[in-house]
This record gives sequence, C-alpha cells and structure tokens, in this order.
Amino acid sequence: MRHVAILGGGPAGLAAAQGALAAGARVSLIDEGDRLGGQFWRHHERLTDPRLQHAWHRFERLRGALAGGGAQVLVGASVWSAEASVDGVRLRAVVGDADGDGRSAIDVDADAVVVATGAHDLALPVPGWTLPGVTTAGAAQALAKRDGVAVGRRTVVSGSGPFLLPVAHSLALVGSHVVGVHETSRMPALAGGWLPRPWELAGKAGEFVGYVGALARHRIPYRTGSAVVRVLGRDRVEGVVVARLDADWRPMPGTEREVACDAVALGHGFTPRLEAALALGCAIDGDHRGRFVAVDDAQRTSVAGVFAAGEVTGIGGADAALAEGAVAGFVAAGGALDDPRLRGPVAARRRTHAFATRLERAHGIRPGWTSWLDDDTIVCRCEAVTRRAVAERADVPLRAMRLATRAGLGPCQGRTCGRAVEAIVAESGGAAASVGFDRRPVLAPVRIGELAALADTDPRT
Amino acid sequence: MIRITVDGEPVQGREGQTIAGVLVGAGRTAWRTAQTGGRGVFCGIGVCHDCLVSVNGVEGVRACRREAVDGDRVEREVRP
Repeated sequence: MRHVAILGGGPAGLAAAQGALAAGARVSLIDEGDRLGGQFWRHHERLTDPRLQHAWHRFERLRGALAGGGAQVLVGASVWSAEASVDGVRLRAVVGDADGDGRSAIDVDADAVVVATGAHDLALPVPGWTLPGVTTAGAAQALAKRDGVAVGRRTVVSGSGPFLLPVAHSLALVGSHVVGVHETSRMPALAGGWLPRPWELAGKAGEFVGYVGALARHRIPYRTGSAVVRVLGRDRVEGVVVARLDADWRPMPGTEREVACDAVALGHGFTPRLEAALALGCAIDGDHRGRFVAVDDAQRTSVAGVFAAGEVTGIGGADAALAEGAVAGFVAAGGALDDPRLRGPVAARRRTHAFATRLERAHGIRPGWTSWLDDDTIVCRCEAVTRRAVAERADVPLRAMRLATRAGLGPCQGRTCGRAVEAIVAESGGAAASVGFDRRPVLAPVRIGELAALADTDPRT
Repeated sequence: MIRITVDGEPVQGREGQTIAGVLVGAGRTAWRTAQTGGRGVFCGIGVCHDCLVSVNGVEGVRACRREAVDGDRVEREVRP
C-alpha cells in the first residue's frame, strides 16, 4: 500500500489527507500545532467562541474522514528535516511540548509527500513597530480565536487585504474597541480587483460585503487609501499616526492625524512557508511580489514524489487550499487527475486561482510604502537592524549584506523581515529579490541537545 | 482557572490558554528584554520568536505556542 505523508494540518493538508485516503493510501499527517486545523481553523475546545470560526462544518467533516480512514495524525510535531530521494521521502520530527527539552524523535518514511505548510502574516515595518502592543493581524486573530483574549482595549487595524475584516470582527467579539480598519489600497485598485467579472467570485464578494456590514454594526470605520504610518509611545503603544496614501502607497503630506490606542494589528498579506519545500529541492516560481512552490495541474512539484497545495503555491484562501489539497492527496496516492472524483476540486481550483490574481491586483504591496520609514527605523526586529544599515550595504551580494548587517540572521531567520529587506535593497540599487532569504538549514527550531541525542541513537549514523 | 508565576509574580489564566494568552489576558504586553526595549507577542503563531520566555528553567520557549500549565514558572529573558 502506498504511504503518503502530509506536512501541515490546515485546510490544504486535511483535504490532501482525505484525498489520499479516498485513493486507497496509508496516510500520515504531521503538524506542529497542538490541534488540527492550521491557522484558518485555529481553535481550542473550551476557549474558542464559535462565532469566530468560518466553515467549521467543513473542518469537522475532514477531521471525521481522517479518523474514519485510520490516518496517523501527529500533532505537536516539529519537522526539522525533509529529504527526498529515489527511495521516497524521509521527514524527521520531534514531538512534544512546544520548545520543550523532553521531546521524542520520530521519523516518517513515505512514498510521497504533500507539502501543505501554509503561510504566515507579512507585516511591513513602520516606525515604532517594535513597541509592545504592536502585533501582526494574524496574532490578533490567533489570540482571539485560540485563547479568547484581545490584544488591546483600543485597537487600530492597518494593512491590506480582506483578512483585516475578520480580524477586526474577532477583536470586537472578544471585547476590544476597534478604533478603525485602515486598508492601504485605494478605492480604484480595490475596484479593479474586486468588481470585474463578478460571476467568478463565487460568493467571495458577498463575504467581503458581509464583513463590511458586520464592522458597521460594531461601528468600526473601514477606511481605504489610509494606513498607520507611525506608532507612538515610550515603553508601549500609546497611539498611532494615520495618513492618506497615494496609489503607490506613499503618505500624502498634510493628511497625518494622531489616533489614541493601546494596540496595533498590522497585516499586509501573507508569506508562504517555503522552508520544507526548499529542503526537498522543489523549484520556486515568482518575483519580488511573492515566491511560491511551482506546481503542475496535478499539484506535482519539480521533485518526483513531492506535491504541494495551499498557500505555499499561491495566496488564494481556504477554498483554494481545500481544492488543491484534494487534488494533491489523490494524485500523490496514485489516483488519476481525470478521475471523476476530482471533477469538483478541479473546477473549484480554476475559480479560486482567478481569485488569487484579483487579490494581488486589489491589495498587493506597492513600492511607495518604504517612504513611511525613517532612516533609523528598525527593519529586522531580531537583530535591531535599521533601514539605513541595509540601504548602505545594498550594493554587496545578499549573503555579504546579511553577514555585515546581521539582517535576517536572528532567531526568526529572516521570516519576518525578508520581504522588507529585499524591497529596501532593491530601491537602493542592489540586487533584485531572490530565493536566498527563504533558505533555512534547519526547518524548525530544535535544541542542540535534541540533535545530539538523535545522533547517539540513530543506527544509520 | 490556572495560576502561573511571571518573574515571581502570580498571574491567573484560563485552562488551555497559551502562555502568551495568559499574559495578554492579564494585561501584560512586554515580557522579554531586547536590545531596543521590551518585547511581547508579535506574530502569535511561532514564526517571529519575539515572545521567548524561560519556562520552569528551560530557555527559549515561544510563549505563543506553549500551553500554560498550572504552576509554570515563567521568567524573562534578557538579551544584552
């Protein structure tokens, strides 16, 4: 029997597991979180307010399919190594309390793997963004959904993309006063992305309008062409400066005004979590607007036996992830792409890909954002590297720039600042964006002691 | 209800919350000392490592990913 490993337990991974089971494979699903669901269905049985969940019935159905099909489910499992060879795929993980010192090692050997590692928030730097009280929009959402707490009493939400709306709604439901939602893109860009060919949107526009209505009921203003361009405070957030922006996201002089708040949630889209796909050797496509795992119609990557689905292949939302996952899992298990059981997912995938293009047109990051930075604004949060330090070394190769400035060499390994550093390097006359910032030798943090213990016990070494 | 200590001070939270959830719920925003001042939760999903704490003597634990357990001793980490 074919063995399919699935990396990630969000919508794409769960759908892949269901697809692989349907095609008759043995399935192992691995996720670093303590529960299935990924970020989209992040939850806790006793703490999550059900009003904060979306399409929860789909999650329950998928979870049921996994249990019914006898899938091996490994949660709390951090995969730190992924290798593909002619014999198949080997994933190496530690399982136990997050970042604990007593985790146990587990290896999963499979015939094929579906990489469904998802994405994390992309928050662009703003002067003052290292003050306590500034979080990503995703953090505000995660703390509201999983832990039932609000990041602040008075919260300002700023960034771009439809995700800001459910975040503001969740904040209101867990008791924060949301002072405003500032969508950086201007109305013409939003209309250009959202309005043409409405029949393609399959309910997405309605969802958007529904959220705008929910914000209105909570009396939360939604402003377009507007952004937080500075965070104010001494030891923590005390307020923000918001400004109106031009079409390139440059603040318009004279439009600044101060708003009092104790929390700021920033989100400018999402960054795919590419490290496992890169470790497996998968080809990456894209440019400075985003780099994703390249896949064909059957969700195959450039490496035999390695498939990818969901946000690692393009930011298209949960519906896209579910459709892609279903295809990836089914084909990884040896099923055929033209099998009648894949008709639904293949059709859904066509619709959702059009949606991803619209999202970029309406909400994509515009190059003028760097003009809201000061020279001494910290860009790399881990190593406190300023915009000036990066710009001054923009003309040397990326690796040399990183060694000289330490940008991207801290504990987060450039996951948080990579996109911003690339933008500053590019506008300062340096090299164009490349995949260099996405490569990480160890996929997840593991303690040196844990690795040493593995070396002592592994019969293969 | 669970009780943990943060640098010796008692903090109450709800069973099942992450350490970050307990701290944010108790109105705390900064619990690590970085080069530029205090830091707390930023990404909330284990990516940024801003929220690191020591838990029961073990360093480098992401507060947003670790579920709090009654009696946990949480201590601030300071980066020189």
